[in-house]
Amino acid sequence: MIRIRFQQSLDELKERLLVMAGLVEQAIQRAIEAYSSRDEHLCELVKMSESAINRMELEIDQLALDLLAMEQPMAVDLRFILAVIHINVDLERMGDQAASIAVRVLDLGEQPNVDLPVDIPRLALLAAAMVRKALQAFIEGDADMAESVLRLDDQVDDMNREAFHALGNLIKNKPEQAPQALSALIISRNLERIGDHATNIAEDVIFWVRGADVRHHALSDVGS
Amino acid sequence: MGVEIRVEDLNAWYGTVHTLHDVSLHIPANHVTALIGPSGCGKSTFVRCLNRLHETNPSARAEGTVLMGDIDIYKDASPVEIRRRVGMVFQRPNPFPTMSIYDNVASGLKLNGFRKKRILDEVVERSLKQAALWDEVKDDLKKKSGASLSGGQQQRLCIARALAVDPEVLLMDEPASALDPVSTAKIEDLIFKLKSQYTIVIVTHNMQQAARVAENTGFFLMGKLVEFAATAKIFTNPSDKRTEDYITGRFG
Repeated sequence: MIRIRFQQSLDELKERLLVMAGLVEQAIQRAIEAYSSRDEHLCELVKMSESAINRMELEIDQLALDLLAMEQPMAVDLRFILAVIHINVDLERMGDQAASIAVRVLDLGEQPNVDLPVDIPRLALLAAAMVRKALQAFIEGDADMAESVLRLDDQVDDMNREAFHALGNLIKNKPEQAPQALSALIISRNLERIGDHATNIAEDVIFWVRGADVRHHALSDVGS
Repeated sequence: MGVEIRVEDLNAWYGTVHTLHDVSLHIPANHVTALIGPSGCGKSTFVRCLNRLHETNPSARAEGTVLMGDIDIYKDASPVEIRRRVGMVFQRPNPFPTMSIYDNVASGLKLNGFRKKRILDEVVERSLKQAALWDEVKDDLKKKSGASLSGGQQQRLCIARALAVDPEVLLMDEPASALDPVSTAKIEDLIFKLKSQYTIVIVTHNMQQAARVAENTGFFLMGKLVEFAATAKIFTNPSDKRTEDYITGRFG
């Protein structure tokens, strides 16, 4: 093995990204928990974590840029760094989605509690599972595991569509509950977007490991 | 115009040492093809077989087929004829040190019996222009020697000398490894321009250079051609683990 210093830098890049991923996962978990418990303190923690996530995004970008410029990586190393750059963006946007959920939960806290015809916790569970699996696939460099994330995305999309439909009806039939329905609608959409970002991460893992670009392809194309 | 090269089952030896093993590949006309691999992998031996320079070593021999267009270079032509059709540029610029710039470029033609001054003048000017050296030396053609030029200029002079005999193929064995980055960039620009007229094969240790200039790249290891593919494929997603390990610096 030669280029030891370069390999150490790649390891450092991966570690930094995983630290950032930890912050993002924590923000998502807290936002979900805040929804169930209407915990304002958790919402504030989620909002506060955004700046730390943003700072890490810049650091990781800089490290990746330095490695591209100074080490001129090739093949699997080049794909890894490109994947990290993409995943970095997705993680930052997941942090934004978590913060958006926190803001909506705070809004909901100011409204009378009503029964909403959506199962946000179930949708949240699925989206969070996608994130966990995508990150685990990245940690292990496991393209097969990454593929399984892509399959989950359809379920999240379906649930979001159902929520959109049910909440739309609620707004029509009970306009007085429109503020709560709108907040739930946005939260559902935030979770769906988190699922999309997890899908992107999974696609980047597949690109890194197999060299195959599966973005924008139907699931049936994956692995072919 | 350049000509395609088809190599089939090429083997080469130095004495009893078998240095090239059953190499087969297709080098398209008017393309730049890069050959990479660790020292001693056989890539230089391979290009030296393409103009029959390999056999100038008394202990060396080669077997197999090298088709340059329709001509089997080991059966249908003499080494002298092949070397006229296949120009070569080496790692270290090697102009004839005591000859003028003009005579350096004209030397090949003179060796082939050309004496008419008008033709020689035309060829020297055309070749120096093709090698992107004309503007820098046109006022000193007969005043300055080849050795008086900078390293980068000397290498372009050698390219002009190779082009003067109107070859179809240009072999370049690490043509920029002894040059500074600016001279290297000039040589690379030149390679890009020349490929419309010549088939170019370049041996290089500099993988970024291969990535920049070549459409196709072959990876040699221990006398075997491990992988040959589009350069973008080789450097982003090679098929063979040994290629990947080499270009990512995991061995070499």
